[in-house]
Amino acid sequence: MSAVPSREPTRSHPSRSWTVGVRERAVAALPPEKLLPDGQPTYVASWIYVFGVASIASLIVLIGSGTILTLKGPAWWHYTGVGHFFNSIHLWAVELFFFVMVVHLWGKYWMSAWRGGRVRVWVTGAITFLVAVPCALTGYVSQQNFDAQWISTQAKDAMNSVGIGSFFNLTNFGQMYSYHVLLLPAAVVGLVTAHVLLVRRHGVVPPLRLAPQAAPPATPAARASGGPSDSSSATETTP
Amino acid sequence: MVVCVMFGGRYGAVLGSVLNLNHPAHTVDWEFIHLSVANVVVIGIMLIVFALAVLLPFPGSARRSQARSGASGGAGSAAAPAASQRKAEPGGSAS
Repeated sequence: MSAVPSREPTRSHPSRSWTVGVRERAVAALPPEKLLPDGQPTYVASWIYVFGVASIASLIVLIGSGTILTLKGPAWWHYTGVGHFFNSIHLWAVELFFFVMVVHLWGKYWMSAWRGGRVRVWVTGAITFLVAVPCALTGYVSQQNFDAQWISTQAKDAMNSVGIGSFFNLTNFGQMYSYHVLLLPAAVVGLVTAHVLLVRRHGVVPPLRLAPQAAPPATPAARASGGPSDSSSATETTP
Repeated sequence: MVVCVMFGGRYGAVLGSVLNLNHPAHTVDWEFIHLSVANVVVIGIMLIVFALAVLLPFPGSARRSQARSGASGGAGSAAAPAASQRKAEPGGSAS
């Protein structure tokens, strides 16, 4: 019996490993001190950001209560007291979610939150709102009551009028329920995660600069010496 | 109380007697705009809350401003916020 020649175990070079590449790119894009910073600039101390955090908090309640409702199956929320309770938690959490998210959205719109290379931060937040709307709609038509029948039969006309009725059939409970408990919530959670990571990467947008105060009228002596005139004073303004 | 309403029972009946919901929704109609009064109330509350969120000072903001002005201090303190703003906003101006 001859000895098998020993061979060095084959191992790809660390720098060529895709896992190393992904890790290095992830850490370079979002180093730990940026991902979980010690503090924030003073202008982050604003109520507008409280509404952003409240949106995430209500989304967590939504996911939790929705998970329980999903585990118990459709119609459970109609015939048991506990089912009614979690159904109400789910309903009022989504009401709160939209309330605080829209207030946060208004605030960031008027702050021009896309400034300074933060377009993706703004776009992910705005698209989250747009995706959350059909997510809520599919929930309303999944209630399995007269309210759901009314909403689905009214909304199907809207879908048909824009030509997507064959893809998005609001009277199909199975399709709407699948959209509501899996596809659209996954999209919302993914968008919110991307939004928060982008905020961490680019930082919170600083406040708009105030327009500088108008320069005082030039004195005759200043005019004689060729000083700046009123019409050419510094005029950096905010949009 | 709220929990009792969720679970039904006599408290639900009491609340139902205070808020009579046994009628078609009242609506606000203006041209093509057709909104229920309940939605108009919610939108109004949202606008009020938004205005308050913009106008009301955040707790501790005065203390932070004092600490910042004390740290920068002197005549050069006015330029400090603009400099920190430029630093915090890479790749673009504030306009």
